[in-house]
Amino acid sequence: MEGKPATSPKSGPTARDDRAPWLTLKMREAMEAWLFISPTIAGFLIFFAGPLIAVIGYSLTEWNLLSQQVTYVGLANYRDALFANADFWHVARNSAIFALGLVPLNMMLALMLALGLSRRFPGVIIFRTVFFAPVVTSAAAWAIVWKFLLQGEAGFVNQMLAGIGIAGPNWLRDPDWAMVAVILTRVIKMVGLNMILYIAALQAIPRDYEAAARLEGASDWQIFRAITWPLLGPTTLVIMVITTIGSFKVFDHIYLMTGGGPENGTLVLAFYIYEQGFKFFNVGYASALAMIMFAIVMALTVVQLLLRRKDT
Amino acid sequence: MTSWLTPRQLRLLNRTCWMLALSIVAIPFVFPFLWMLSSGFKSAAEMFGSPSIVPREWQWQNFIEVFTYQPFARQYFNSLYISLTVTLLTLVIASLAGYALARLRFAGASLVGLFLVSALMVPEEVTIIPNFFLMKRFGFIDSHWPLILLPVFGPHGIVATFLMRQYFLALPKELEEAGRMDGLSRFGVWWRVALPMSRPALAAVAIITFLHSWNLFLEPLIFVSSLEKFTLPLALSNFTDPYGVPLWHLQLAATSLAVVPILIVYLIAQRQIIESFALSGVKG
Repeated sequence: MEGKPATSPKSGPTARDDRAPWLTLKMREAMEAWLFISPTIAGFLIFFAGPLIAVIGYSLTEWNLLSQQVTYVGLANYRDALFANADFWHVARNSAIFALGLVPLNMMLALMLALGLSRRFPGVIIFRTVFFAPVVTSAAAWAIVWKFLLQGEAGFVNQMLAGIGIAGPNWLRDPDWAMVAVILTRVIKMVGLNMILYIAALQAIPRDYEAAARLEGASDWQIFRAITWPLLGPTTLVIMVITTIGSFKVFDHIYLMTGGGPENGTLVLAFYIYEQGFKFFNVGYASALAMIMFAIVMALTVVQLLLRRKDT
Repeated sequence: MTSWLTPRQLRLLNRTCWMLALSIVAIPFVFPFLWMLSSGFKSAAEMFGSPSIVPREWQWQNFIEVFTYQPFARQYFNSLYISLTVTLLTLVIASLAGYALARLRFAGASLVGLFLVSALMVPEEVTIIPNFFLMKRFGFIDSHWPLILLPVFGPHGIVATFLMRQYFLALPKELEEAGRMDGLSRFGVWWRVALPMSRPALAAVAIITFLHSWNLFLEPLIFVSSLEKFTLPLALSNFTDPYGVPLWHLQLAATSLAVVPILIVYLIAQRQIIESFALSGVKG
């Protein structure tokens, strides 16, 4: 080292900081990092990790808020939900119907809109803006307006239908139609989000592929089948999982449009958790339901990761 | 078979058909907004049975009654200040953490990242029950604290953190290193060098955070019970008679008041707003 000027403080693992000479620079950097990240970590532990552990604990107890008694009951809440209580399977069925109705409809419409709107033409921005507008609108406002439009005989939708000679159902009061109504209005609300994800993916596909295929005389449909659709694969997968998870979480939309009715026809999992936990105060049972929801979402995420790995 | 049309005319016809099809699909997207506005101006009697978009008599007093029926101005203000607070806190906290994850080397960095990502897989509904008891212990029931704390530190805040991290990773390091050479502290580099270069990411985070907070429903429903502490989504659902039957003329007038300013901002900044959502992608 002799003869050389002092090494720059930035170099070497044992370089010291002039402000705090007992610290190596590496230690100082780590300390600063932890300082920067500490609010996030603290919030994560207090409002996420702690509650997640707590909800596992709660789910093993019989805890009625009214009597303030907590007793350990093992897996009884899960047994109740899965085997004893017919409500749960009714709710699970509703959630499945909601997802199975919403996800394909949403994705097909999103893809079709994206295909139509991924190129530039006069007015394309207007259409994109229009289809995305419900996404920025609150679910509460959207549900209120649609509830109004879907009122029985006097509702606007039914008046229009009557105009062309169709007697519309009492959408939100008829057990068969209420689910259809909440699915359709939810699709309209959320499809814009998937649409823009698809547009982004479509715009990332190099134009040469299509041009080359056209030179070979491929039709629009052949280009879609052989080029566009396979290249959209990863996006489709992500959108599918996000949309499915989102459909299991849906709450405000249903709370405001049907209140879970009629005859519990639209009572879905997130609503059931809310009802059991915050209306009937069955904390233990509601926590078990929350864990079941957690398991479903985890399973979906794992499936996505596995599929993605197979893809690449 | 279409030899009587030139290719140019054919393309024009094709385009017209497309526009027409898109316009028809657009009806259920646009119409609810128009009908909401028009019905907000109608009298309770005209609500149903008159399928005219133009009200027979413009009932301006609906928009006054909205404010006397419940403390709507106060509720509006609540939504505004809570959303702004959440946005500001999220910007600071998420960009600090995102910066550390992107730029600083420390033992356990990847583990921290992994833990944070895991929170994205868990819906808020799963932890809402323990969070309720936590807030109760803090004495935060029927206050705005849960509506601020949960979004800032919940999955949404973590999405924001990773958005910021991605953006910082793509920035050139040289400017920050120059800042260090000039004697800026780590905090100074973050504040004076990294943040000013990250305006697009900060804007995206601000937009999705504000809207997320503004539209929040489950948390206000669970944590807030007094009328003057309601936020907008909860207030909108509360324009009912004592039997719970909606007072449609008031409800739709109030909904218009809540939705129209957001829509105006959206129309002005639609490109930026849509891009923000595309960037955050994993939201739903």
